[in-house]
Amino acid sequence: MQLARVIGDVVMSVKDEKLVGIKLLLVQPLTPGREPAGRPIVAVDSVGAGVGEEVFFVRGKEASFPFYPAEPPVDAGIVGIVDHWDLG
Amino acid sequence: MLLAKIVGTVVATRKDPRLVSSKLLVVRPIDPRGKVDGNYLVAIDTVDAGVGETVLVVSGSSARMAAGLKDCPVDAAIVGIIDAVDINE
Repeated sequence: MQLARVIGDVVMSVKDEKLVGIKLLLVQPLTPGREPAGRPIVAVDSVGAGVGEEVFFVRGKEASFPFYPAEPPVDAGIVGIVDHWDLG
Repeated sequence: MLLAKIVGTVVATRKDPRLVSSKLLVVRPIDPRGKVDGNYLVAIDTVDAGVGETVLVVSGSSARMAAGLKDCPVDAAIVGIIDAVDINE
């Protein structure tokens, strides 16, 4: 899983029918020092995250598991909203 | 998933039988502001997209979960056409 900040949202009208009703957000992966790490990607949201929040997300087919038994074609999904993190 | 712009089409006569009648497009990842960056890739189109459109590309094994691609040997699929991207940084 990776830390990221939600930086925007994505709107689509023409889409795979299994994506209907699923919220898409633009996330910027972060280093633990809150610096951007790589290019922003589009992730689905299953926890009610919003723009500006820090979240963690999974990559790969596992991103579709929160929607089980539906199998939407997604490869990145937000699975938690971070309250805070500490580096020991 | 990646935001990408469709920049071309691919025609292949000899291919895996499970890819027969699939539409192949050349796409290039873009940043949220529309600037292309990164490598070209070939993706299967499942939403009737066309050259010049901005689309959502799903990659890896998840691409096979797109409509009609079950058990197809693909690792990138176009699953939606982008209307708008709102950025609040």
